[in-house]
Amino acid sequence: MPLLEIRDLHVAFPKGKKTEVEALRGVNLTLEKGERLGVVGESGAGKSMLAFAILNLIADPGRVSQGSITFHGENLLDLSERDIRSIRGNRISMIFQDPMVTLNPVLSIGTQMIETLKAHRRISDKEARKLCIEKLREVAIPSAESRLEAYPHELSGGLRQRVVIAIALLTDPELIIADEPTTALDVTIQAEIMALILKLCREKDVALLLITHDLGVVAEVTQRLMIMYAGLCVETGQTRGIIDAPQHPYTYGLLKALPQKVGRGARLYQIPGSMPPITALPSGCAYHPRCDRATDVCRSQIPPLENGRACFHPLNVPEAT
Amino acid sequence: MTTPIVETKGIEVRFPLPTHFLSRDKPVLHALNTVDIAIQPGETFCVVGESGCGKTTLGRAIIGLQPPTAGEIYFNGQRIDQMDEATRKPIRRDMQMVFQNPYASLNPRRNVFETLAEPIRHLMPETPASEVRETVENVLAVTGCDPSWQRKLPHEFSGGQRQRIAIARALVTNPAFIVADEPISALDVSIQAQILNLMTDLQSKWGLTYLFITHDLSVVEHFGTRVAVMYLGRVMELAKTETLFDAPKHPYTQLLLDAIPKLEGGSFDTPREPGELPDPVNMPPGCPFAPRCAMAEARCRAERPELRPLSNGARVACHFAE
Ligand SMILES: Nc1ncnc2c1ncn2[C@@H]1O[C@H](COP(=O)(O)OP(=O)(O)O)[C@@H](O)[C@H]1O
Ligand SMILES: Nc1ncnc2c1ncn2[C@@H]1O[C@H](COP(=O)(O)OP(=O)(O)O)[C@@H](O)[C@H]1O
Ligand SMILES: [Mg+2]
Ligand SMILES: [Mg+2]
Repeated sequence: MPLLEIRDLHVAFPKGKKTEVEALRGVNLTLEKGERLGVVGESGAGKSMLAFAILNLIADPGRVSQGSITFHGENLLDLSERDIRSIRGNRISMIFQDPMVTLNPVLSIGTQMIETLKAHRRISDKEARKLCIEKLREVAIPSAESRLEAYPHELSGGLRQRVVIAIALLTDPELIIADEPTTALDVTIQAEIMALILKLCREKDVALLLITHDLGVVAEVTQRLMIMYAGLCVETGQTRGIIDAPQHPYTYGLLKALPQKVGRGARLYQIPGSMPPITALPSGCAYHPRCDRATDVCRSQIPPLENGRACFHPLNVPEAT
Repeated sequence: MTTPIVETKGIEVRFPLPTHFLSRDKPVLHALNTVDIAIQPGETFCVVGESGCGKTTLGRAIIGLQPPTAGEIYFNGQRIDQMDEATRKPIRRDMQMVFQNPYASLNPRRNVFETLAEPIRHLMPETPASEVRETVENVLAVTGCDPSWQRKLPHEFSGGQRQRIAIARALVTNPAFIVADEPISALDVSIQAQILNLMTDLQSKWGLTYLFITHDLSVVEHFGTRVAVMYLGRVMELAKTETLFDAPKHPYTQLLLDAIPKLEGGSFDTPREPGELPDPVNMPPGCPFAPRCAMAEARCRAERPELRPLSNGARVACHFAE
């Protein structure tokens, strides 16, 4: 049984009185124990909606309108708010782009860590304190002991994100969902934080759902990859395989548009246009207006996700044997 | 060598910080410290470094939005940092800026035509209305903006479209020099490529000179002629782009390059210690990078290295680089 299995997930928002628009239009995903999966796409693709749906955090007026999310065989969508709370922040931890989503500005680091721990464990103050210091050390926070007294504003952005990771680890989760955890950080700090997340996931055999727009980051950290476009997964498979031989024209374009892929001063490969808003999706394959391989069938039918890609005219297709 | 289009000599920018009324110290933030750069006509001079290192302050100082507290700034050999507004006006036409955030840099109540007409009316008031209209239309066309955008407001556009409009606005006065402050950082990958291509095309068409500010070294490698790596208000390494990428000499440049996530993977496999920046208010003596530098020795903490030329043509502020 996979650790996490998502089937045909739809997330909808009301549009006017009677109609709805979908931010997710039928997403499937499986994650095995200890596996690291990258979710990549441009802004508005629905990546955060996917994370929020798993944690039952889709805010009104949005809702999961269809599908299932099973964690250890249990459908999270059927759980009461109380039951979901025993999973969220406990067996499934999250790291967001802005550490201040997790951290309370008026509480010391120690107080917040101990509170988190006590919400999910029967543990004495003394033991809790010890465990907190241990976790702060694990995330390589210098002078961990004295940092318990510190307030979030006294720490740099990089250290704050380390504290968030320490909090995420407190309850020994089986899955960490990280939504653009380093997007707001400088490159050197990003490298530190991603190296830390990678090390901890490996050591503790924690599964990771890493949301990012950066293909370099997923190449460094994840084993499998899912490319999202306009609320759908358009390509999925082994990270290495997709990066070396992308099959969906959108994935191909994203990789080819990277400046490191072309010589100095040459024109970059460019995908025309931009991702449509969910309120104005084109017919058929949502990518067709930007795609140089599109034909009539792409304009009229949504390509099913088969053999790891949702495309009628894929590239790099391995020859049939 | 030709006269540089822009040259800074020892410029410094300091910001006095608010003081507590009982305290006697007057804290001062050193945003730029003795920066000397010379930008040649037609080149793309990149400035790279992490947030807070002074990139924006340098761009704003050059363009005249942030008077330097010391040093000199020249445009085509003419000193501009102490000019009064009236003398400076014709030079403002020649130097324009594109800002990082296309959501904040356009006035939300001004339609695209008004946005583009404003710099012409302000800096070239003698221009007849018909010519203003013609210029706006031409510039919209070369920047890939649809003529129908003229009557629309910023909120009707995507981030990439807004950045095109911001670039168009920078071009209406027919400048020779443009400071582009992280113009693609807020944009999605596929849109970044569109904007970079547009800037490349405009440069070859109009012979523009760019000061391109970014924190992304992979963009520099593709786009830059020369590059200055900054750290805490100082230039640490200045070199031709190829030279810098072939053989980065400053340990900070090496750290930056090493931190870039690679499609080949493997860079994040070893843990990295948290690196903290010194406080720009209480700067330690010696090399500003010393607290994070694996090579640092006692000398680095005592004596600040000056930029000095190396045999490969790069200039590097490190005691040990060779
Ligand atoms: N409250 C809301 N009402 C309507 N649409 C929304 C709302 N929140 C998000 N969306 C839309 O859902 C889509 C997916 O958003 P999101 O998951 O945040 O994208 P990503 O994280 O990939 O950038 C976007 O098109 C966004 O505009
Ligand atoms: N108006 C200001 N007042 C006080 N400090 C400032 C001001 N503008 C910038 N700074 C400080 O100057 C330093 C350099 O800032 P900036 O040039 O914006 O860096 P960058 O663009 O490289 O991120 C930073 O420490 C910043 O906090
Ligand atoms: Mg998001
Ligand atoms: Mg800046």
